Amino acid sequence: MSGVLVVVEQREGRIARISWEAVAAGQKLGATLTLPVSAAVVGAQTESFAAEIAARPLDKVFRVEHPLLARYTPDGFSLALHQLIQAESPACIVFPHTYQVRDYAPALAARLGQVLIGDVTAIGDGPVFTRQLLQGRLNGAYRPTGSGPCLISVQAGAFRAEAPEAGASAAPATVTTFVPTLESAQIRTTPGEPFRGGSQTVDLSSAQMIVCVGRGIKDAENLPLVQDLATALGAELAASRPICDNGWLPMERQVGSSGQTVSPKLYLGVGISGAIQHLVGMKGSQCVVAINKDPDAPIFEVADYGIVGDLFEVVPALTEAIKAARQ
Amino acid sequence: MKIIVAIKQVPERDAQVRIDAAGKWIDESNLQYALNESDAYALEEALQLKEKSAAAGGEVVVVSVGPERVGQTIREALAKGADRAIHIVCDDLGLRDALGVARLLAAAVKPENPDLILTGLQSEDLGLGQTGVIVAELLGLPHATLILNVEKTETGLKVKRELEEGWFQTIELPTPAVLTIQSGGNKLRYATLMGIKRAKMKEVRQLTAASLGVDAPPVVVLEHVALPQKQKSTQILPGTAKEAAAALVEKLKFEVRVL
Ligand SMILES: Cc1cc2nc3c(=O)[nH]c(=O)nc-3n(C[C@H](O)[C@H](O)[C@H](O)COP(=O)(O)OP(=O)(O)OC[C@H]3O[C@@H](n4cnc5c(N)ncnc54)[C@H](O)[C@@H]3O)c2cc1C
Repeated sequence: MSGVLVVVEQREGRIARISWEAVAAGQKLGATLTLPVSAAVVGAQTESFAAEIAARPLDKVFRVEHPLLARYTPDGFSLALHQLIQAESPACIVFPHTYQVRDYAPALAARLGQVLIGDVTAIGDGPVFTRQLLQGRLNGAYRPTGSGPCLISVQAGAFRAEAPEAGASAAPATVTTFVPTLESAQIRTTPGEPFRGGSQTVDLSSAQMIVCVGRGIKDAENLPLVQDLATALGAELAASRPICDNGWLPMERQVGSSGQTVSPKLYLGVGISGAIQHLVGMKGSQCVVAINKDPDAPIFEVADYGIVGDLFEVVPALTEAIKAARQ
Repeated sequence: MKIIVAIKQVPERDAQVRIDAAGKWIDESNLQYALNESDAYALEEALQLKEKSAAAGGEVVVVSVGPERVGQTIREALAKGADRAIHIVCDDLGLRDALGVARLLAAAVKPENPDLILTGLQSEDLGLGQTGVIVAELLGLPHATLILNVEKTETGLKVKRELEEGWFQTIELPTPAVLTIQSGGNKLRYATLMGIKRAKMKEVRQLTAASLGVDAPPVVVLEHVALPQKQKSTQILPGTAKEAAAALVEKLKFEVRVL
């Protein structure tokens, strides 16, 4: 084949947006390298997914199908995809950067003698792949130098997923089924059913205003400072992960990829750096305000208004000003 | 249970980001370093597992790749309670890709025959999130990632894995195994004065890439680094804290209309 192969992820009966973004990235890469672009979907029953994918402008769609692939396991998925890659020898393999891909793609790459370039945000000529370093404070340009296939995974939101063109003239992609050789003894981990964690008493997703506190607050003792601000505004109090990891606020108040996704009218981040895992949970906010002492903090890349300063001075002043304005 | 914990020394979070003259990494001349956060949780999980099975005996060995300065972070891990350490002394870490580093770790860990290998789920500097998974592949061991809790069972391990958006999953797997640990599963301990004293006596074995016989060119290189471009034009509200707060209230009132 020697083209670009996009591995589309299906979970809980659907294909998430990030997989369509991976398809878009694959098409961009295909255009850069003038190579045909195909896609693969892995599972025990993939017919309907394959049909959905085949409606996109792609060369081929592979249904990598086996009863042992009904539930995701790193062993099952890397064995199956390794066999497909051996059979088709793609030049590049593109994945969505999901928890599942993080779990098996690095092992698959190593089996091929390669290294996955993970969490890619842009593709340049070469090709060169951009990914974030130092939690978003720096970008790095990576180039594959090996002789084997290059493997990349793309960050959520980095590539625009095009809706399939209605009445597009291109013929649908050809769908082929690829049955890997798998034995149950090769699958060493036994996954359980997903479950929700803890209590769900706060629904941040419907909040109009959110004050979100990060590690800049330094100590649990200082939390009343931001609680007072939230109260003065009439906002919900939320937090970044380290605050919840420390047990300073319950996990149900965590915003981000492993917490809640919020889209308030006002998101006010206090002492939050703006790591990608946090940003994915709040970038739908209508207005983003950030208070941070570091003018280069990545949160300022997505903020509408910013105050560069010490939160221990700015927050009390803001609380007072809001109280005065509300009178 | 013999547990290996692979740890990494990373720049302090508050470190100033200045690009070096070659444009290949940040200027390290005035940097402070610390133990990578999720590695601290991996170490804590290992120490707690050992303490829980105190009767059966057990050992926690930390392993780290990096230059001499990494010795400081290793001592801190020993002060928290690790029994001994392996330091793979390596001055060209920046030239090695994830597979190269994992090869070093795998070669150092293999003769130890551990029951369990833990790493943090990703480093705060490069953020690759791959090292543990590749080590598992190289050693032919089963693995699970994003783990918050580890329990020993009759046949192996039962672990709690984080999924996206507040979901979790239980996974059972046999030992020996590799787990990458997510932050937040435990409360981190501090080193005690006694711990710090004892750490000085503990064994730190130094190895090198040459002594491990690991030598393979990278298949991926970091060509250059750059500061990110802003996506939005942020309006920075200047002045003293009071002035900036007053300006923001105006914006919230008249532009955002939430007051
Ligand atoms: C798989 C995975 C999932 C994750 N899921 C999430 C998630 O759901 N949600 C989430 O938030 N994170 C998540 N993270 C963690 C994420 O990568 C970051 O580590 C985290 O968001 C950082 O939180 P923070 O911004 O509060 O802390 P830091 O990054 O430490 O930032 C603190 C900020 O406070 C500023 N500051 C310090 N002192 C002051 C002061 N006096 N005044 C003003 N500013 C000050 C600093 O300049 C800095 O910018 C996840 C990570 C991984 C790997």
